[in-house]
Amino acid sequence: MLEQGMDTPFLRPVGLVLVSHSQAIARGTRELAEQMAGGMVPIRDAGGTLEGAIGTDTMRVIAVIQDVLKLAEVAIVLMDLGSAYLSTETALEMLDKSFRSRVRLSTAPFVEGAIIAAVTASTGASVEEVLKEADAARFLPKQ
Amino acid sequence: MIDTARLKAWLRRYAELIHVHKDELTALDATIGDADHGTNMDRGMQAVLHILGDEEDANENIRPAELLKQVAMVLISKVGGASGPLYGTAFLRMAQAVGEKEQLNEEDIAQMFAAGLNGMKERGKADLGDKTMVDAYARAVSALSSSLAEGFPLKESLAQAISAAKEGSDQTIPLIARKGRASYLGERSRGHRDPGSLSTVYLFEAALVFAGEGEINHA
Ligand SMILES: Nc1ncnc2c1ncn2[C@@H]1O[C@H](COP(=O)(O)OP(=O)(O)O)[C@@H](O)[C@H]1O
Ligand SMILES: [Mg+2]
Repeated sequence: MLEQGMDTPFLRPVGLVLVSHSQAIARGTRELAEQMAGGMVPIRDAGGTLEGAIGTDTMRVIAVIQDVLKLAEVAIVLMDLGSAYLSTETALEMLDKSFRSRVRLSTAPFVEGAIIAAVTASTGASVEEVLKEADAARFLPKQ
Repeated sequence: MIDTARLKAWLRRYAELIHVHKDELTALDATIGDADHGTNMDRGMQAVLHILGDEEDANENIRPAELLKQVAMVLISKVGGASGPLYGTAFLRMAQAVGEKEQLNEEDIAQMFAAGLNGMKERGKADLGDKTMVDAYARAVSALSSSLAEGFPLKESLAQAISAAKEGSDQTIPLIARKGRASYLGERSRGHRDPGSLSTVYLFEAALVFAGEGEINHA
């Protein structure tokens, strides 16, 4: 697993941040995505409020973005519903400039997008490729 | 002139109004959302009360901008719903708008609210007619500035702003929600008031304390 410290000389090109209104959805999606990525992609989740209720916690979003940026060059954030987007944009505004420039927001479908992003990132693909593949998840047939 | 202590009085009054109307706000959100707007706002404003401290020993030596920024941070971190980043960003922009000033005059107050509106709109990408808090807020801001521009005193101008906010809130009833959680309901959101538009009415109602009105009676 990717648990190196701050001084890791080698950063993965892409890490993922999963922001959901539900802690269970964020965690579950992370577990799914991690399994597909074979431990090659740093992934963190930020789901629910501080009290574990349904909602989003901007402070946690900030913290997990910072975590991922210790392990990856760029953090791609996926969000479930509209207000997760609001919280994430607010988090970006509050982040240090040097961090902010290393964050990209994806409007891909949450679960499928996270899995495809994780798989694509695990091959060492570029940020643009990961974003494009994740976005294409919305057209992925279920069968 | 309005100083940090007056701003605190406004926030205390707002916290009180939110607390009193908590169930009403939540009930509105139950109809077209997820039944938490009152709880969210009350949690946020109770946390704001906490940073305001006592009236007596309150350290009023922070500038208005610093107070507004602290309020923004509390709302962003405590509210939990969309209204957290929305009101939070509004307060952040208010803080920027008042700059280094220690005392705010009527124009500063109008500009402060206008800056808040821009922040809210920028954050939520909502405009008039999307059935959100912006419908109340934007009308209040225009009423406040035009009334002041016409030479009416602050008290009357705030009263104008409050009725404009109420009208804006009433006008959300027939609309279809185009932003926020209610937008997932589509046509079914029609016929119900937007909860955020009402919490915004209270924000302006509380502002009457700037004109020495509606203060909490501590008898
Ligand atoms: N994009 C947006 N722009 C402006 N206001 C919005 C937006 N999304 C939601 N709102 C406002 O937020 C209110 C709901 O707040 P709240 O219930 O606290 O958050 P949530 O919708 O996340 O549960 C709505 O009634 C609406 O006024
Ligand atoms: Mg709600």
